[in-house]
Amino acid sequence: MAVATKATPAATDDKELLISGSEAVAEALVLADLDVVTAYPIRPYDTVMQAIAKKIANGELVAEYIVAEGEHSQFEIVKHASTVGARVFCGSSGVGWMYAMECLVVTPPLRVPMVALVGNRALDDPGAFGVEHNDALVVRDVGWLLCWIDTSQEALDTTLIAYRVAEDRRVFLPLAISADGAFLTHSQALTMVPPKEKVDRFLPRYDRGDLLLHPDNPITVAPQANEDWVIEIRRQNNEAMKRAYTVIEEAYADFRRVFGRGPENPWFEEYMTDDAEIILVGMGTISLPIKVAIREMRAKGKKVGLVRLRWFRPFPTDRLVAALSKARALGIIDRDYSFGSPFGSGVVANEIRAALYNAERRPPLLSFICGLGGREVTLEDVYKATDMCYGAAKSGKSDATTHWLGVRE
Amino acid sequence: MAAVICEVVYRGIFQKNLAARIVRGIVLSARKSGRWGIAFGRYGDSPQRNGIPAKDFAIVADTKEELEQNMARYEPKHVDVTIVVDDTLAKGVESWAWYGLQPINRLTVPNGTVLMTSVQRVDDLLRDIHKKDAPYKLSLIRAKASFSGLWVYKEDHTEVRILGALAKIAPSFLTLDGVCEAIREMEWGSDLKIESAKKAYARLETREVKITEGNAEVPYSFEMPKWWEMREGVTIPAIPVGKPKEDGKGYVPERNPYFKKYTTRSMRPVINFDTCVKCTLCWIQCPDSCFDVMPDGTYDANMEACCGCGVCEAVCPVEQCITMVNESVFEDNASQWEMWRKDKGAYQTWMTQKIGDKKATVRSHGFRFRGQYEEELKSDLDSGGVEITAGIPGENAQHKTA
Ligand code: SF4
Ligand code: SF4
Repeated sequence: MAVATKATPAATDDKELLISGSEAVAEALVLADLDVVTAYPIRPYDTVMQAIAKKIANGELVAEYIVAEGEHSQFEIVKHASTVGARVFCGSSGVGWMYAMECLVVTPPLRVPMVALVGNRALDDPGAFGVEHNDALVVRDVGWLLCWIDTSQEALDTTLIAYRVAEDRRVFLPLAISADGAFLTHSQALTMVPPKEKVDRFLPRYDRGDLLLHPDNPITVAPQANEDWVIEIRRQNNEAMKRAYTVIEEAYADFRRVFGRGPENPWFEEYMTDDAEIILVGMGTISLPIKVAIREMRAKGKKVGLVRLRWFRPFPTDRLVAALSKARALGIIDRDYSFGSPFGSGVVANEIRAALYNAERRPPLLSFICGLGGREVTLEDVYKATDMCYGAAKSGKSDATTHWLGVRE
Repeated sequence: MAAVICEVVYRGIFQKNLAARIVRGIVLSARKSGRWGIAFGRYGDSPQRNGIPAKDFAIVADTKEELEQNMARYEPKHVDVTIVVDDTLAKGVESWAWYGLQPINRLTVPNGTVLMTSVQRVDDLLRDIHKKDAPYKLSLIRAKASFSGLWVYKEDHTEVRILGALAKIAPSFLTLDGVCEAIREMEWGSDLKIESAKKAYARLETREVKITEGNAEVPYSFEMPKWWEMREGVTIPAIPVGKPKEDGKGYVPERNPYFKKYTTRSMRPVINFDTCVKCTLCWIQCPDSCFDVMPDGTYDANMEACCGCGVCEAVCPVEQCITMVNESVFEDNASQWEMWRKDKGAYQTWMTQKIGDKKATVRSHGFRFRGQYEEELKSDLDSGGVEITAGIPGENAQHKTA
């Protein structure tokens, strides 16, 4: 039985700190020797900018800290800083991320390896602070690397890995780390912080090479182009995204070698899936109530497992299909929506349906939407979803609809 | 012929409304002749800038199905009729999307037609128009270029003359009756304009152009790179810094070899190096950084880079030191300073002749005085052409008006 959350013994030279996911990101930025960071407050991302400000104020990190007048400028500033060779960081949440949209879409073709933290937050309206994944997911088609984390430790480790992947010359793409608002950004957990020497062995300097904007390398960036050039530029972007598969595998392997921890499978965490009849799939901290529910259900003889997706772009199609197609039925739990999409499903369910299309064995698949706007995902919700999945396993059929869980009705 | 494809090559802004009227007129005339059509502009040519060559298109076909074959494109790959409404475009065109100088007849099909408004002689035009590897026809409407602007429209009947001429060139798609009927119904139509169309039909001068005729210059060309040959990150190499002109003196900047811009020009500056006081104003103020610094401290306008805006003429403090002269009276882009250095007397003669030619030194953009329209229109209707006698040049206006 694969259990990814077993306790890691503290390596002698690591410090153990009680910190939030946001503080863990700030620890990683110190270790990565960040050059330029931009900030504009919006909850829950603002916890990260506060944590970084504190690091700089305390003299632990020497970096340019620029408070922009809005998210659009915030992302524009780091975009430019990255083209002149700076290691950059920024982030936002919900509609703040949306306000930066113009800049978000230009960074992949410009091959700017900015790393951003999206503190997932419901989109307005109504103005709300709770988690939904739709904010980060809007960039899913335009060339951003996208991953979800669910612990403070993963926040720290993934931030280091993020620079290693995004700044690899084969990739040079922006990368968004998504963290569920409140559950991860505002809650503290014990986290192992490695020493700088180890990080230096893992993370090389950012070398922009021939794309560096510098008087010694005179180039024009982002000229206007007509229809004779655009599809070739998109093709280059597609290739960079494809190369990210290899680079991510390499980065995690190296991370394990240097730090002595981290998952063997970078793409997703498998919890009790080895003998699972029903596999539930979700992203982010939704994994926590699901794991508890799985233990309860297993005590009653129900063989249920969880796949928690870490990487959404690039999408781990082959490995995911291999892991999921052995189940008798699948239940995909989306903390997002895609109104008017096939079967009215969430984004993850539709992606997995598409991924399974060519699979030799396609288990029945049920799609659930749950926990929107930060609504707590209860054990009851998970039991209900699992029971429906057992129904589908028995009938051998997917149903052509999407089930909303935890809605008053 | 199941379809006729026309392009209108015009100068951006100045002739935007004219070109739009022509392509609309073609489609509406064809409709009156029982055909189908569409009119569109090259999307990449908008927003337009002063003088930059741009294109509009009209396609008319026997059936809607044939029309669809030619739709949903930015521009056709070949055209039956190339319509040129400014004869200084005969030297070729270069807009930001066309990759260097392209012959004006590049898209014209073999045995197709280049239809031009011009008061120049055919032989003079053929010194400019590039050779083509297939014969074609050159049809002339005797009129000067009709320039106005974005906000004003010069009602000099150019658009209906083009339509009348097309009725002669492609009668199975645009009958003269169809053209006249369409003009009558158009918001800008009138009986007088119908008369103009008929006169253009009757007076059109057409002559075959053989493959041996034309300008032998080889137009710029290059291979389009594969996606993996292109630089990543939407980057291109910058233009390197320049060099001294000679012996460590003067300064000649490097310029973009792919985009020279000189076809934008309908007039060019002619410089009197003997009266230049080396004040640097032309060099500083030229929006296109055209001036090369010569070893003697004078400034030579680089004729491959100059787009003909006239700013240098306006800022030069010395009377007739810089004079804008119509592009049609020049043969090449050679350096004026080199000509002057080689033989100062000969240069003086050349220069005096160029800037003394009143026809060539006044501008014809828009209306320049009250009553100009009526004067020109009468003359145009009577003769099919008009002497260029008046205009507003730059700051030195009083010295140039005929
Ligand atoms: S006309 Fe004069 S100012 Fe204008 S581009 Fe040419 S040289 Fe420069
Ligand atoms: S503006 Fe006239 S006088 Fe001044 S440098 Fe240029 S050409 Fe000479």
